[in-house]
This record gives sequence, structure tokens and C-alpha cells, in this order.
Amino acid sequence: MSLRFKIYRYNPEADNAPYMQDFDLDLQAGDAMLLDALMLLRQQDDSLGFRKSCREGVCGSDAMNINGRNGLACITPLSSLKQPIEIRPLPGLPVIRDLIVDMTQFFKQYHSIKPYLVNNDPPPETERLQSPEDRAELDGLYECILCACCTTACPSFWWNPDKFVGPSGLLQAYRFLADTRDQDTAARLDNLEDPYRLFRCHTIMNCVDVCPKELNPTEAIGKIKDMMVKRMV
Amino acid sequence: MVNRIVTGAHYGLRDWLTQRVTAVLMAVYILVIAGWVLLQPAFGYDVWTELFSGSLMRIFTLLFLLSLFYHAWIGVRDIVMDYVKPASVRLLIHVLVILSLIAYVIWAVQILWGL
Repeated sequence: MSLRFKIYRYNPEADNAPYMQDFDLDLQAGDAMLLDALMLLRQQDDSLGFRKSCREGVCGSDAMNINGRNGLACITPLSSLKQPIEIRPLPGLPVIRDLIVDMTQFFKQYHSIKPYLVNNDPPPETERLQSPEDRAELDGLYECILCACCTTACPSFWWNPDKFVGPSGLLQAYRFLADTRDQDTAARLDNLEDPYRLFRCHTIMNCVDVCPKELNPTEAIGKIKDMMVKRMV
Repeated sequence: MVNRIVTGAHYGLRDWLTQRVTAVLMAVYILVIAGWVLLQPAFGYDVWTELFSGSLMRIFTLLFLLSLFYHAWIGVRDIVMDYVKPASVRLLIHVLVILSLIAYVIWAVQILWGL
């Protein structure tokens, strides 16, 4: 299988501006993933920069823009991609080098929603138990791997990355709002009752479209709004 | 003054909810008017004035216009928030938009009850 690539290259120390570099690759046909191809390309040109770790869609390191759509290179089959395969870094974040972006802003927003359980009761001897029904509320929320595919696909985040929490952060916010063991509900809702932090979401749903774990941040955002309405009326 | 990113205005829900409620009200009004227009065999000035002669229709129309203005205020404000960065200019635009919308309300009342 012969593959053609166009890959975004930028080394701020050497290049004046980013450019697209063409690559060709011969690969044994099979169920190879995009990450396999990128690793072979790095053997051709060892200056090609990208992040990777687990290679199986669990760590979220190799999120990138693949043919115009955010996704994880390690779980994107090469056979599913139209050629030439155009690879760019995640949009809306500063580029450190090639496909490596600076995720500081993304994690700042994540930290701003207090992504941990707040419970002031004395810790019990064993775990804080939940009923199976209560635990089921967290399905579709806890699976987020913070790859930033959704948040960097969101126009509201491109516009206000410093103020809008973004789909990933809001999904996580609801993950703790939905947790029966958490006692910080009122403060969590106060934290999001803001025209920018939550209400910049205009249900564009790019987040749902690109999430590699098939999660639904838009639904979670809707549930946060429901909770706020319930609290108000 | 330090140029710090400030959020936490503690509003948003009411506007978001109002935008939904006003949208529903406007949809109902448009359906009612459209249905009424389609049911008219003949159509002219006298039919229109007849429709707006009752208080009910005038109040319904005013409610529709108030919904439209409030809905528009939230939409315009969101656009200004996205595109106009200096806070002073933003405040000025907000004030101008609010004043013109209030003027529209007064004008609408004048038109509806002057028919």
C-alpha cells in the first residue's frame, strides 16, 4: 500500500512560518493505524515531532487534526483516510513544534472546575460506596481521557480559550456534579454560572462529532443547565 | 492595573432560559399569524385593522415584540462579547443597544395602540 501524506511542519527556532511537507510511504496492507505510519515516517525524517504513548486510545497523547477532523492517530485506521492524508496539530492551541501543541490553556480550564471529589465527611474505614444506579450516572462521563479533541474542535473555545471552560472541562464538571459522593454541588454550579464559562456553549456539537471515546459533552452541558434551572425555580 | 482574565459574573442562566422561552413565544406567534393569513379569503387594509382592533391581539403582538427585543439583546450581546475586546467600548455598545431596544418598545406601543 502506497500512502501520500501532507504534514504540518513548524520549528519556531528554525522556520519563519509553518509549512506543509509531503511524505510518501510504502506499507504492508493490513489494519495499520495512522500512528504506525507516523512512526515509520519518523524513521525517514527524525525531526518530525508528535506525541504518543499508549498506542491504543487510552492515554490521549496523539490527538491531532487528521484530514480536517480531530482524532487520535493510534485508533484511526489508515484504510479509512482519503489521500493525501493531511495531518495538522490540534487547532486553537499554540504550536510548540510540528504536531505538538501547548496544552496549558486546556488543562487550566480543566483544573478550574475542581476535577476531584469534594467530601468533608470523615473518611470511612472502607470505600465510599455508591448504589449501582448512582454509579451508572457516571457512565459516559468518567471515560474522558483529556485528549482535547473536543475542546479544540469547538469554535467557542477558539474564540474565548481563556474564559470558556470548553466541552472537555464541562463534561468533567458534570462528572463531579453527578457523583453522589460529592458535596460541593452548590459551589460547582456557582463556579459555572457565568456568561463565558458555561454559556458560551451554543450547542454546535463539534465535540460530540469528534470525541474518540464517543462521549457526549453537549448532553452533559445540557444536564448542568438543567441542574441550574432546578436550583433556580 | 494588572491585565488579569476575569470571569465569574454570576449570570447567564436567566438569559439562557429567557432566550428559550422567548423563542417559543415567537414561534407560536408566527404560526398563529401565518395560519390566520392563510385562512383569509380576501386580504386588505380593513382585514388587518380588524385583526389588530382587539386588545388581545395587541397584547399578544406586544409580547411577541418584547420577546423579539429581549432575544435580540442576548444575541447581540453575545456577538459583542466575542468581537469587541476593550471593556469600555463594549459597555458603550451595550448601553446603545439597550437604549435603542427600549426606544423600539415605546415605538411599538405607540403603533399598536394608535391603530
